[in-house]
Amino acid sequence: MTENAAGRAREMVEATYRSESRRVLATLIRLLGDFDLAEDALHDAFAAALEKWPKDGVPVKPRAWLVSAGRFKAIDTLRRRARYDASLETLALQLEADSRYVEPRESEGVEDDRLRLIFTCCHPALPPEARVALTLREVCGLTTEEIARAFLTAPPTLAQRIVRAKAKIKEARIPYQVPSRADLPDRLETVLQVVYLVFNEGYSASSGATLTRADLSGEAIRLGRLLLELLPEPEVSGLLALMLLHESRRVARTSPSGELILLDDQDRTLWNRGQIEEGLALVERALSSRRFGPYTLQAAIAAEHAKAQNGAATDWARIVGLYDLLVQANPSPVVELNRAVAVAMRDGPSAGLVLIDAILTRGDLDAYHLAHSARADLCRRLGKTVEARVSYQRALDLTQQETERRFLERRLAELPD
Amino acid sequence: MKYVCLCYEEEKKLKAMPKSEWDDIVRETYAYNEELHKNGRLITSQALQPTENATTVRVRNGKVSTTDGPFAETKEQLGGFFLIEARDLNEAIQVASRLSGARLGCIEVRPTMELS
Repeated sequence: MTENAAGRAREMVEATYRSESRRVLATLIRLLGDFDLAEDALHDAFAAALEKWPKDGVPVKPRAWLVSAGRFKAIDTLRRRARYDASLETLALQLEADSRYVEPRESEGVEDDRLRLIFTCCHPALPPEARVALTLREVCGLTTEEIARAFLTAPPTLAQRIVRAKAKIKEARIPYQVPSRADLPDRLETVLQVVYLVFNEGYSASSGATLTRADLSGEAIRLGRLLLELLPEPEVSGLLALMLLHESRRVARTSPSGELILLDDQDRTLWNRGQIEEGLALVERALSSRRFGPYTLQAAIAAEHAKAQNGAATDWARIVGLYDLLVQANPSPVVELNRAVAVAMRDGPSAGLVLIDAILTRGDLDAYHLAHSARADLCRRLGKTVEARVSYQRALDLTQQETERRFLERRLAELPD
Repeated sequence: MKYVCLCYEEEKKLKAMPKSEWDDIVRETYAYNEELHKNGRLITSQALQPTENATTVRVRNGKVSTTDGPFAETKEQLGGFFLIEARDLNEAIQVASRLSGARLGCIEVRPTMELS
């Protein structure tokens, strides 16, 4: 093989790694029944490709080649370990016997394997932080260091989380399967929670100096797309739409100096039209299914904002209507708070203030800074300066987010004496 | 694989329950026990007397000490257990979710371990 062809083969290995490594891993986990063994096998398979492809040429079915190579590498690994642990020899023999009659086929079952991987990483028997870490690690292929940085966690802590999760999968025998029809809605909800958590951590980082960490949001959107491709359920559509519609405002959401800009004051020409178009189409698709849930409703609300040319053109009556449905589908004090803000926009600040005060009196949101800043805002608009000051101050005391803190300080300073 | 389903319930609530309701639960548990036995899932199961009849035993420095009551005061108490055979955790969860204890309190599902 010529020097050139060898170089192309090496590039092909790298490209294949980027496009196929997660698929190959998902299949290897099924075949080998073990996350760690599969990860080692994946690594060995690509190392073998790097050695063989430049010499022998790129195989016709690269993915099948990699799965097969990974499987044989794993059998070798088990054989080596069998010297110390005789029980592994049986396992190696079994894997070898399997591989003789189940030759991996190019497409069959592969997408199922990716779904299996997602559902296993997001299994409700794993702690929520571990679900997020494991999904980013195994499904998205991020390194432990990258995940740790994104979540402002020390890498050893995060690595420990992943190790424990994998141990529980193995020891408690969490199966590698897509849930049955009956379990699917509940289990899908857990998966969507993980995706949305990743998105939110990227979109409005819960602490730290900057408001957003774009790479995490991008990762969540990629995950959402993958999930929609594998499992076209209305709520998957709804969640992807919700993320795209939020993401479309990213640039408009902060000033060049990093200050927070509220929806009403944003320069709407900065909104990403491509993401909005895609989001709107997905919302329509989910709504027309009539089997939608909270994510679709939230996306439909975001869609109303996206459709309005300016703040004044917003259809607040429709937004309140959507919030009414959302309160039914997913009752929570935060949803009620958002509904109250929408009511204030439709019927005026005093109508909203009555609702917010009722929520705060119940005590549910007393420690939630956005409840107090929303209250402060309505008081300000009603000219109740003293009350506004108290509420802004309370919000300021509660926020952990540097950008929000600066925003609230600005609002406080702008109040008339 | 073997799993044990530990049933935690509030004894106080169970004691305050009308007899007819309690009888329904007993009947339900018997029936489910029978079903699990028939389909080969059940290895053994046992209900427990209330924690007021429990004794905690410790040996420290070779000396046996016994104290009245369970080892920990918690809101919900261990009221019984089912040792089951299940293919994997999902199947064990499925079995546990149909135990009356899952509605009355909660079930802790624990894979068993062979000591070697």
